[in-house]
Amino acid sequence: MMHGTFSILPLRVSGLRFGVRGTELIKGISFELRAGVRTLIIGPNGAGKSLTLRLSHGLIKPTAGEVAWAGGTTDRRRKRHAMVFQRPVMLRRSARANLVHALSLGGLDRSERGRRADEALERFGLGHLADRPARLLSGGEQQRLAIARAWSLRPQVLFLDEPTSALDPASTKAIEEMIEAIHADGVKIVMTTHNMGQARRLGDEVLFLHNGRLLEHTPADEFFAKPRTEEADAFLKGELLH
Amino acid sequence: MDGQGAFVTAINLIVSGDAALAEIVGLSLRVTLSAVFLSCLVGLPAGAALALARFPGRGGVIVVFNSLMGLPPVVAGLVVYLTLSRSGPLGPLALLFTPTAMIIAQTVLITPIIVSLTRSVIEDLWREYEDQLRSLGSSALRAVPTLLWDGRFSLVTVVLAGLGRAMAEVGAVLIVGGNIAGHTRTMTTAIALETARGDLALALGLGIILLSLTLLLNAGAFVSGRVAQRTAG
Repeated sequence: MMHGTFSILPLRVSGLRFGVRGTELIKGISFELRAGVRTLIIGPNGAGKSLTLRLSHGLIKPTAGEVAWAGGTTDRRRKRHAMVFQRPVMLRRSARANLVHALSLGGLDRSERGRRADEALERFGLGHLADRPARLLSGGEQQRLAIARAWSLRPQVLFLDEPTSALDPASTKAIEEMIEAIHADGVKIVMTTHNMGQARRLGDEVLFLHNGRLLEHTPADEFFAKPRTEEADAFLKGELLH
Repeated sequence: MDGQGAFVTAINLIVSGDAALAEIVGLSLRVTLSAVFLSCLVGLPAGAALALARFPGRGGVIVVFNSLMGLPPVVAGLVVYLTLSRSGPLGPLALLFTPTAMIIAQTVLITPIIVSLTRSVIEDLWREYEDQLRSLGSSALRAVPTLLWDGRFSLVTVVLAGLGRAMAEVGAVLIVGGNIAGHTRTMTTAIALETARGDLALALGLGIILLSLTLLLNAGAFVSGRVAQRTAG
């Protein structure tokens, strides 16, 4: 299933820099992301994983460099990429109403919103939660709902920022299955994680960041078997990196 | 008349449903609730917009609204008096010494309270929601109704703060209303007048009603808020 008439991929990021009050946090990153492969962004805390996602998604503006989508999709309302955050933010309304709200922001007709919301809830087995107040759901349920919400927007690319880091193993498993299913739909997955087991399970390719720089962009099996840089090697061995 | 005798007479006035008393209570509620309604109509969206907007001088605007929360009612009354008096800009409307003038004065008095407190509530909420809402494609302007609805439980307290201020104040309604019996006499102005004249029974009766009403409104808001919060999270 390919959403839309044209693809916004590949995503070309070039010379990306981002700083706050004179401290440079992203120090010139360039990469190209293709469709069809799941990209895992890994690296130690403070490496800039989350910032790279936010910059790519357009939540923050780079101080220098460019984030270029194929076809030049600049219309924010019809944005073809969606993001799932570490801590899902649910509005004080029912689970279903949260999806309807997102679809309304996505510019969908009133009649279409309800249909799409129900479809997304059913697809991921969340139908029984539809009328429950979203904020009273468990953390795992809220995150599954957040992913269903993102999926309902029919994105071509889904960014996920450590989506399971606050969750128990059962919820983590459920969410990994959702990500697999969305990948199987043809949606490009770009995800950060600090869970190396998860990176091995889900990753087709790895972006290894350290201190705001991109040190490796390699196929996952190659990265985990034989990292090219000392830093990645040390990171995989669980050593502390500075 | 001693205090105890006044208290008994006050209870009698309330229980017997004294017509003059009922009229005063009715007018007070009408003026106060109208003013709170108008203040919310303006103040809730304005406060939320101030929370989300970024413009030069924003800090100054916030400081001004915060200061206006402490606006002395007599000053608000005076300003509205000057505006509505025969030689004032709105003099031709002949609103001075009418309930409408009192509603205007109280609206001027409590709108800054609603704006400032709403700004603070919505700013906290926006900090939590901003990334998610922006990711979904929401502009700051489009987020205003969403945030007002999601902040509804905290905003009830904001509205109650405005209501409390309006119910309790004397100065503004006294200046622009004139405390005319049967026309612009409210609970607070009547208490002030009757105490000065020595009719402690009526003053005390009105005081008891005023306190009870305030208590009742707040209890009602508290209980319904708790119940709603439990069902909506």
